[in-house]
Amino acid sequence: MNYVWQWDFVWEILPRLIKHGVVITVELTTISVCIGTVIGLVVALLRISKYKPLQWLGAAYTDFFRGTPLLVQIMIIHYALPVVFNYTPVVWVSAIGALSINSGAYVAEIFRAGIQSIDKGQMEAGRSLGMTYGQAMRYIVLPQAFKISIPPLGNEFIALLKDSSLVMIIGLQELMGTSKLIVGRQPRVLETYLTAAVLYLIMTMSISRLVRYAERRLKAGDHS
Amino acid sequence: MIIVKNLSKSFGSLQVLKNITNHIKEQEVVVVIGPSGSGKSTFLRCLNFLESPTAGEIIIDGVSLTDKKTNINRVREEVGMVFQRFNLFPHMTALENVSLAPIKVRKMPKEEAMEVSRQLLKKVGLSDKADVFPAQLSGGQMQRVAIARALAMKPKVMLFDEPTSALDPEMVGEVLTVMKDLAKEGMTMVVVTHEMGFAREVGDRVLFMDEGSIVEEGAPDQIFSRPQNERTKAFLSKVL
Ligand SMILES: Nc1ncnc2c1ncn2[C@@H]1O[C@H](COP(=O)(O)OP(=O)(O)O)[C@@H](O)[C@H]1O
Ligand SMILES: [Mg+2]
Repeated sequence: MNYVWQWDFVWEILPRLIKHGVVITVELTTISVCIGTVIGLVVALLRISKYKPLQWLGAAYTDFFRGTPLLVQIMIIHYALPVVFNYTPVVWVSAIGALSINSGAYVAEIFRAGIQSIDKGQMEAGRSLGMTYGQAMRYIVLPQAFKISIPPLGNEFIALLKDSSLVMIIGLQELMGTSKLIVGRQPRVLETYLTAAVLYLIMTMSISRLVRYAERRLKAGDHS
Repeated sequence: MIIVKNLSKSFGSLQVLKNITNHIKEQEVVVVIGPSGSGKSTFLRCLNFLESPTAGEIIIDGVSLTDKKTNINRVREEVGMVFQRFNLFPHMTALENVSLAPIKVRKMPKEEAMEVSRQLLKKVGLSDKADVFPAQLSGGQMQRVAIARALAMKPKVMLFDEPTSALDPEMVGEVLTVMKDLAKEGMTMVVVTHEMGFAREVGDRVLFMDEGSIVEEGAPDQIFSRPQNERTKAFLSKVL
């Protein structure tokens, strides 16, 4: 062990890691989670549909994107699809695309479990009042299912934030990509990657704090 | 008001309703009794198409439910249902529970729906509970909110599926009182219940169901005092 830890180096790279790394990682993850939530809701509704082909479509989606590595999905979206459909990929778009589509599959399972945990008497009560399936879903079932889904959604947010580091493979300079770049120029490996790890930890812990807070707020007004 | 012709319902290979025919008149209060598993709930749920019949026809107020062209949501607006387990919406206050359907289905202006709903909560004796969530209500109060919720759609018929079976005994009376008032106002009602006192007092006609058929029917007095069918006699001897 003749590696000498240099605090100076940490202070030197920290602003860059935050400004270019953390900010990009947070943006990337937040946008992807939002799009993923919308995708997840649609896929969950497909999966619980009474029409078999729609169920299959939803199942195929979740099976494929949960059953293959995210890294492979990123490569397919950024390198393979452009070859087939003949367009120039944009790193940002590929990254957000891959993360949203992947997270949509996990969110779909979260919503599906949430929806199915709601007593079926709720839907029946809504339908018996003359509501359409869509109205009963929207006003009665989904609000309750969403509330139940908040803790697992928080976990999904955290998982995605960590997985977002994989997009550096296509050249996006998020926290991991920026770290790699720094190490390429000045090989202070330990300082750089440990600092990155601590920054990831701070982000994930902040999210779980936020989720627990949201949960408590909802519990305070819990009526079920 | 409600015409049921040769209604049958099967779940897979299990035939739960067997060729039921009946005619429920306007303002009539029909009480359905019978052993557990005899198909009472299924019969009631067919009347608002929560279960779709396997065969037969149901006509409510001139509209055939079994006709493919019928918009079942429009029919359900006219047929209120009260469930054994209340099925109140836990994320909404009592007032919101009652006003939701008038606002979303009847497209009633919010102010008007709130006013109508307050009146209905008053009618079931729960004016002071308008802004309370179901979790803070007793079983009897929840069921009264559920009745108000169904009434908010101004239905022509009300279906009750064992509305007092999930209640502690001391709360049964308050729910039955509300139902008696409804009957007095001339509401057409189909009530599945084990409350034989209610059946005698309020019922115009009693249907005794067993193994998916209406085995015997008649005026309450006739069914309870002079049952003809052996199965009716056996059932009544256990519950009376
Ligand atoms: N959704 C269903 N799927 C399968 N069987 C059912 C279903 N609903 C009711 N049944 C069966 O139908 C029969 C009648 O049930 P039900 O109408 O609830 O009787 P009751 O209300 O008189 O107790 C029972 O044997 C019950 O198990
Ligand atoms: Mg029943």
